[in-house]
Amino acid sequence: MKQFRAFVIKEFYHIFRDRRTMLILLGMPITQILIFGFAINMEVTDIAVAVLNPNPDTYTNQIIERVNANDYFHVDYTIHSQNEIDELFKQNKIDLAIVFPNNFNEDLVHSGKADLQLISDTSDPNTGTIIVNYASGIIADYQKEINNISGNPPYQIVATTRMLYNPEMKSSYSFVPGVMGLILMVISTMMTSISIVREKERGTMEVLLASPLRLSQILIAKTIPYLSLSFINLLTILYLASFLLGVPIRGSLFLIIIISTLYIFLSLLLGLLISTIAKKQVEAIIMAGIGLTMPVMLLSGMLFPIDNMPFLLEKLTHIIPARWYIVIMKKLMIEGLDFTFIIKELSILLGMTGLILALSMLNSKKRLE
Amino acid sequence: MKNNIIVEVSELTKKFGNFTAVDNITFKVTEGEIFGFLGANGAGKTTAMQMLIGLSKQTSGEAFVAGYNIRTESEEIKKNIGYMSQKFSLYEDLKVWENIRLFAGIYGMKDKDIAEKTDDLLKRLDFEDERNTLVKSLPLGWKQKLAFSVAIFHNPKIVFLDEPTGGVDPATRRQFWEMIYKAAEDNITVFATTHYMDEAEYCDRVSIMVDGRIDALDTPSNLKAHFEAKDMDEVFRKLARKATRD
Repeated sequence: MKQFRAFVIKEFYHIFRDRRTMLILLGMPITQILIFGFAINMEVTDIAVAVLNPNPDTYTNQIIERVNANDYFHVDYTIHSQNEIDELFKQNKIDLAIVFPNNFNEDLVHSGKADLQLISDTSDPNTGTIIVNYASGIIADYQKEINNISGNPPYQIVATTRMLYNPEMKSSYSFVPGVMGLILMVISTMMTSISIVREKERGTMEVLLASPLRLSQILIAKTIPYLSLSFINLLTILYLASFLLGVPIRGSLFLIIIISTLYIFLSLLLGLLISTIAKKQVEAIIMAGIGLTMPVMLLSGMLFPIDNMPFLLEKLTHIIPARWYIVIMKKLMIEGLDFTFIIKELSILLGMTGLILALSMLNSKKRLE
Repeated sequence: MKNNIIVEVSELTKKFGNFTAVDNITFKVTEGEIFGFLGANGAGKTTAMQMLIGLSKQTSGEAFVAGYNIRTESEEIKKNIGYMSQKFSLYEDLKVWENIRLFAGIYGMKDKDIAEKTDDLLKRLDFEDERNTLVKSLPLGWKQKLAFSVAIFHNPKIVFLDEPTGGVDPATRRQFWEMIYKAAEDNITVFATTHYMDEAEYCDRVSIMVDGRIDALDTPSNLKAHFEAKDMDEVFRKLARKATRD
């Protein structure tokens, strides 16, 4: 045990001495969350509006005026049919459409209540929501204004909203699980394999193997510092996501941490597996970097939705552990589902862990023959 | 010289597929001896040594190191030996004393003993000012001396050196061999591979490997007499030529 401790201390020295790498490792989750977060939470300005107003009257014209007078909005198009709305959205010419019904005036005057519709593009869910909220605010202000003048009966203008292209606003914060899946894999797999292969390359591994340390002790000692780093990063990501970006953590935090631990463990094992194959650090970097990180980014659903992939690529995503981890995290964090909804994905992750464990044990044994 | 046998090898063979790297070698090393394990590159020195220290399993034959069977008791052997590999084997990003403490710790020494012995060692090597220096900023000769000192720090019965003086200037090599003599005086058996033939002269006995076999094994002076050579270099060249004629 004492030998083991001496060895683990040495591993931490390696990390602390290599300041640049350590900064990258600890800074990566922070920058990623900030970049993704602020790209999404940008203030929305310069909102182009189209108006469909079949029966213009004082009220509708005043509403349009109010919207146009607002600094954020400019009414660019006055259209005459629903079809034009789709067309304008597709050409990316407008961000919001305001649709008045034929009998807006009649409804408002006679029954005191009229509907209008706000249509926005929620393929970027945050922007879409922000735009609709701004517009609803303007309309609510207008309603107050006319009620102050006429007094009785109080008029009510109901703005119903329609989200185009992404009605359930899926994946509004899905980059957070994606960043988790990527960073934990990079640190655990790439750094572990590099640190083991470095010992092989420098010749120190031979000295260690000729010492009373057991191979299992060496390998476990190698993983401990990266396990700790991964935990620090996991907590940083969760903290930043929930307090800085307001990403909801709806499901059980306990389950999130337990399953992330499993995923970290799986990634460490992958690192060990790579280290039994690679002889040079460069090889380890290529295998972990291009062989793992790239597929995680491209095929895990982090950047590109899996549903839209061609059949073969879609099948290929099944062998990527990060895909399943990210799905679990989305379900737990964002959709707030409970354990029963993740049993399938969790079983797959467990199966993969077992498989990689068996492979890397088999491989490291063979290497010693 | 005492007659305790510390390494006993009989008919040790290692095959990689069809290639026989080590071919049926048999020899003994006695305690306190400086044993030179010579051979051209690829003659099988390193493979033979790796079997003795438990880094590689033999195909056939038996060997005992410090009284333990290399096939079944490699864990015991590892506690009783020191090893310095061909590549420079300390950690460059650790300080001098951290390297010493790490390896002493791996060999299970007590913290108090480590501290005392570290002070002694640094004084003896005249390294006291370098205690907190990162190993990567030491000159190669110093690194090698330090690596050897670390390999025998835990007072092993035998230390295995794989080409310990590669790439070092003659003056430093001379100093290095003085350290080896000192270790032998402290009753640490030294088992060293080398291809510097002048170094072979420093050994008590040398074996010369050719194509995986041990073709000669004796004291340097006996070998020179036997092969009618003026130095070990000539012995070696005669042997190598003989081997190719066969």
